[in-house]
Amino acid sequence: MECDGVDVYYGDFKAVCDVSLGFGYNEITALIGPSGCGKSTLLRSLNRMNDLIPEARVEGAVTFHGQSIYAKDVDPIEVRRRIGMVFQKPNPFPKSIYDNVAYGPRVTGMKAADMDDLVEEALTRSALWDEVKDKLKQSAYGLSGGQQQRLCIARTIAVRPEVILMDEPCSALDPIATSRIEDLMAELRDDYSIIIVTHNMQQAARVADRTAFFTALADETTGDRTGLLVEYDLTNKIFSSPADERTEKYITGRFG
Amino acid sequence: MASLGSIATAPLRAEREGDKNAKSIVFLGLLWFAILFAVLALVVLLVTAFFDGRTRLDADLITQYSSTVFPERAGARAAILGSAMVIVTTAALAIPLGVAAGVYLEEFADPRRWYNKLIEVNLTNLAAVPAIVYGMLTAGVALSIGLPRRVVLAGAIALALLVLPVIIITTREAMRSVPQEIRQGSLALGATPLQTVWRQTLPSAIPGIATGSILALSRALGEAAPLLLLGGLVFVTYDPNGLMSGFTTSYRSRSSTGRHSHSWRFSRSHRQPLSCFWSCCCS
Repeated sequence: MECDGVDVYYGDFKAVCDVSLGFGYNEITALIGPSGCGKSTLLRSLNRMNDLIPEARVEGAVTFHGQSIYAKDVDPIEVRRRIGMVFQKPNPFPKSIYDNVAYGPRVTGMKAADMDDLVEEALTRSALWDEVKDKLKQSAYGLSGGQQQRLCIARTIAVRPEVILMDEPCSALDPIATSRIEDLMAELRDDYSIIIVTHNMQQAARVADRTAFFTALADETTGDRTGLLVEYDLTNKIFSSPADERTEKYITGRFG
Repeated sequence: MASLGSIATAPLRAEREGDKNAKSIVFLGLLWFAILFAVLALVVLLVTAFFDGRTRLDADLITQYSSTVFPERAGARAAILGSAMVIVTTAALAIPLGVAAGVYLEEFADPRRWYNKLIEVNLTNLAAVPAIVYGMLTAGVALSIGLPRRVVLAGAIALALLVLPVIIITTREAMRSVPQEIRQGSLALGATPLQTVWRQTLPSAIPGIATGSILALSRALGEAAPLLLLGGLVFVTYDPNGLMSGFTTSYRSRSSTGRHSHSWRFSRSHRQPLSCFWSCCCS
């Protein structure tokens, strides 16, 4: 998956400017940077979730296996099925745990020989099966925040995407739930490519293979902040010997 | 080192008057008076209605037709059946249409298009149009295309037009209150917008839609003006037997003097100032 010269606009406002980076296959890529630097906006443009905002507009090329996902004949529904997304706040559907996981396969018309097996597999892979196997018919709202977030991950992998986008998936969770999600990401890496937006630099350092650092440039006349990519490299390199002074300032906590 | 208890602090005793001053008490008294007045009016109404009408509280009241010959044995059968039929037809016409329109406007319509803006403005205005206008409209259309207007279907169409804007507006309100995360979660799994509406948004919005629809239908049920204008018959001694049947939704019997007809709930209003007041308001 590649971005080449991507700009994202909200109306006339340019939220992300000229981002070019490639996301590795079966790798975890972290996008870090201060608030308002366009990380989430960029992430949402990778599976056309920005289509839901009428003013949002993407320029430049976002390619997935060499095909532009913004080409005219591309079905955004299929893009979203292949590139799943987990949100900042756990957002289970007001249904049972089972139906939450089975929803994706049902709506996308997946020909599952046995839905029960599919649900079990997805829940097992998201390390939730042992905790919920006796209450599959109960409402997903009865789960704790961390369990709900793992349920959302299970729901996402149930449709067998190739890439999973995670938008600050742990920012609403406590440290224990966070560490379970991080373990889970490390396991999922074998089968999926994961792109994660995080505010937590330790988290990026712990889980990510590569890290991209973004910052925001304020327009002096209007005060609008536009995000741009500062540096993109192996996580080790970013955190040990960053090439850019701004990256170093940010990761050492001395950011303006 | 001073312990917490020994640090001088302002006393916690009540020194200000709080809510015990004269102004608060007068205000509280007014609130109580308002409740008392409402309850008292209701009690008086129920009690007088019961004592005036207790001789007629029998099965005849609901199983018999209205009658000028034996007013003491007349009943509201035709009115009850007529009301039920009209309201069921109204619901069948207005709810699917209203909910569908509300869902379209909230989920699919592009709010930046001028025609959608126009529809929105018109909807809010239509919700405030007096009921009788819909009666006139329906009567006018029925007359001009040569269809009967004194029938159940005509009454139901007028009432459906009346409540349609209300149902649309409450449906939109209910859809809007469904969290955006639910929609995003569904779409992010590869569901189409239509699947998202059918399987997530609409089911979550049903309680709100139901409340709005029930309130709208109860308004329709109590509405007399458009039906009178459509010539909903006021004196019917048969059951409505189809959408094209004559009907009534109110029961009227001749009073013993034969000069006036009035609603059955207040059948002796000449001697009761309070119920006279109510029947004036209601009719």
